[in-house]
Amino acid sequence: MSIKIALAGNPNCGKTTLYNALTGSNQFVGNWPGVTVEKKEGRLKKSFGVDALGDIIVTDLPGIYSLSPYTLEEVVARNYLIHEKPDVIINIVDGTNIERNLYLSTQIMELGIPVVMAVNMVDLMEKDGAAIHMDKLAERLGCRVVGISALKGTGVGEAAAMAAALAAERPAMRQVHEFSQELEEAILAAEAKLGGSVEEGRRRFYAIKLLEKDHQISAMLGNAPDVSAEIEALEEAMEDDTESIIANQRYEYISSIMEECRIGKGAATKKGSSKLSMSDRIDRIVTNRWAALPIFAAVMFLVYYVSVTTVGTYVTDWANDGLFGDGWHLLGIGGADYAEACDVYARDVLFTEEMKEIVREAAAAECIGAEEVLAAVGEGSFGGFQEAYASYGGAMTEAGFDISHIVDLLLEETPDSADYGIWVPGIPILMEKGLDAIGCSDWLQSLILDGIVGGVGAVLGFVPQMLVLFLFLAFLEACGYMARVAFIMDRLFRKFGLSGKSFIPMLIGSGCGVPGIMASRTIENDRDRRMTIITTTFIPCSAKLPVIALIATALFNGSGLVAASAYFLGIGSIVVSGILLKKTRIFAGDPAPFVMELPAYHWPTAGNVLRSMWERGRSFIRKAGTIILLSSILIWAGSCLGWVDGAFGFSTEMELADSVLGAFGNGIKWIFRPLGFDDATAAIATVMGLVAKEEVVGVFGVLDFVSMTKAAAYSFLAFNLLCAPCFAAIGAIRREMNSAKWTWFAVGYQCGFAYVVSLVIYQMGSFFAGNGSVAGMAAAVLLAAGICWMLVRPYKEKDASGVKRKGLSRNRA
Amino acid sequence: MKTLKDIACGQTVKVRRLSGEGPVRRRIMDMGITKGVEVYVRKVAPLGDPVEVTVRGYELSLRRADAEMIEVE
Repeated sequence: MSIKIALAGNPNCGKTTLYNALTGSNQFVGNWPGVTVEKKEGRLKKSFGVDALGDIIVTDLPGIYSLSPYTLEEVVARNYLIHEKPDVIINIVDGTNIERNLYLSTQIMELGIPVVMAVNMVDLMEKDGAAIHMDKLAERLGCRVVGISALKGTGVGEAAAMAAALAAERPAMRQVHEFSQELEEAILAAEAKLGGSVEEGRRRFYAIKLLEKDHQISAMLGNAPDVSAEIEALEEAMEDDTESIIANQRYEYISSIMEECRIGKGAATKKGSSKLSMSDRIDRIVTNRWAALPIFAAVMFLVYYVSVTTVGTYVTDWANDGLFGDGWHLLGIGGADYAEACDVYARDVLFTEEMKEIVREAAAAECIGAEEVLAAVGEGSFGGFQEAYASYGGAMTEAGFDISHIVDLLLEETPDSADYGIWVPGIPILMEKGLDAIGCSDWLQSLILDGIVGGVGAVLGFVPQMLVLFLFLAFLEACGYMARVAFIMDRLFRKFGLSGKSFIPMLIGSGCGVPGIMASRTIENDRDRRMTIITTTFIPCSAKLPVIALIATALFNGSGLVAASAYFLGIGSIVVSGILLKKTRIFAGDPAPFVMELPAYHWPTAGNVLRSMWERGRSFIRKAGTIILLSSILIWAGSCLGWVDGAFGFSTEMELADSVLGAFGNGIKWIFRPLGFDDATAAIATVMGLVAKEEVVGVFGVLDFVSMTKAAAYSFLAFNLLCAPCFAAIGAIRREMNSAKWTWFAVGYQCGFAYVVSLVIYQMGSFFAGNGSVAGMAAAVLLAAGICWMLVRPYKEKDASGVKRKGLSRNRA
Repeated sequence: MKTLKDIACGQTVKVRRLSGEGPVRRRIMDMGITKGVEVYVRKVAPLGDPVEVTVRGYELSLRRADAEMIEVE
């Protein structure tokens, strides 16, 4: 039999630090069943010398302020305490903010479970000259009390030993705290009505909850006794509702205790004290009316710049092109020499006069892409040429400006990267060699290399960038700035049903949607978080940029307006979706309370920040990885199986049009007819976009657009920007939603919304260009009007918890 | 009736009672804004909402719409 210790306390009281100090590295992170609240369990470290009692499991409950039925975290925590019956609760309280912290304690003590109270930050309190009589506090609260500093590790062992001793001893809890006489009488009456239906130890807890009109508790009890007479008598006598009476008396009780137990008056007890603490001084600047927004912009820029633009891109490129690509130069040695050699080769050999002439003619004839090729040739850049040639070579050949007969042979003669510096081949190359050596069959080799390594590589490629971002997020959260982000941005974002903290996922989402979705973890409110997850990928990520560039080049003369419009489309979609979803039944509930603590600023410990970073990274790799791997294999199979010369078979050289995937594209292309692109290639390109959005460009070249109208091309772009994101992002959605149902809802909503937007764009665009249909226009107008109506429709935020309105209005009347 | 919403920055007021109902009200009480407690209005967010107050020795932010529930004297 193992001993269960539950760790409970307010957010920002040092609970995570204490938890880490208690369990060390023996931790398992998961989710509480069915919800997105994180669950952490760990084994108590052996070094505390209490392992004679067997395994001791410490469960870290979510940080909560109360045991009310109104927030998910509170419900999760109290359900755990009621149903799992831990042997001991360690209640950690922040000594520098003790009044509010003790409010939760008074509720925990009613559960009939032995409690050890760990008063954290005693070192800070001493410095402030605001010490507390621990003995007196223990006596007045009726539980063991120990002063600790979770950060420095002092007192942690003592707390662990006390908890273990209590668990072994299992003493009956004596209830010390008493409410006012009227309330105590009502509680006694309710307890008597409960009788033997609940065990004696927690009868008081249930009785108080019944008096608070807590419907979740009465539902849990099944046949809860009717205490409405007691409630009415109380409310009559005290001219307030029972919930307020109980909350007021708890705080009154705490104030009376603290008056006795405090030694000296430090900054912690300040009430309008004139001395400003360090945290106050920082906050004065950081959330200053004028400086707050510029500082916010600077912090956000730094986070984005480092995690997405510099370090992130550098490491992610290395992972994608080096580790999971051809290979890389160790420590970059020889990389520059190699690039230089390639450029020299290009200028001396590859860019022949004949070839330059053809390119110049093509550019003069305004052949698509020739301009880009010409620019690369002019710069003498090998890399630039290779890229432009890969994108537009086909289009030039088609237009009669064929350079492939000149360059293709020469390209094979380019310098070998292995001759320069220390060249490390990529994993696929190494594995290919290995598989060749053992004589592996073609299809298995293809499955391993293209399906599995390709799929795993796609996942792991995101990890470095994500870790950098998580490092920032962990730091911002731990130091207290994240709460200020919500404070600063709340007014803007709550208008469309999002949280002020939604800004960060969206900003990061413009680099890559995967870490963007993962960044939504910092949003406490479940509804805001879900809404953010659903809408984050509307912002064009970097993988969507090639698609935007392709269409801009092919049909809009490379106009920068196309890219700008894509971002406006993304932002507009977020705003519209936020307002629309807020009014649907599933999101209408839970009016997100914004009654939020702004914790004091403090410098976080490296250990905590790194641990938080690693936990998030690992959970992505493990949970999202499976989805991405499975879908990559599925797409691989679809592209390699198909019909060659009338017979169904397997070939690694399969033309996309002949494959199962091609047949699938053909089968579903009718869906896109109202959007203006009912063609198999466009359909396949959209499906391939699920693997990675830049694949759209691979399937759907420049040429395929020439026959399209501008309206159809833009509609194609809009659909691909807004519909379901790539598998990696869907995996991240699955991970963050922690529910298959919600994942399907998110993907379904994104596709549906993309469909409607594209349809409206195509039909209206065609109509105004003079080649649309009246029926199509009518449908587009109807849809657009429908959305507008949804946007302006009045609605009322419901009370989702189903709790009946309080009897306060009656009292007032 | 004066509510916390009407109080200018830099003033300290005493809570008389909480009107309204539902989860937000309970949350406000859970966070320590109960009858008789002193609340110091610290500052307003750059966009005009929410407000930051000091109560029971710590900083709390709440929206003006919710501050309207808190009757003060």
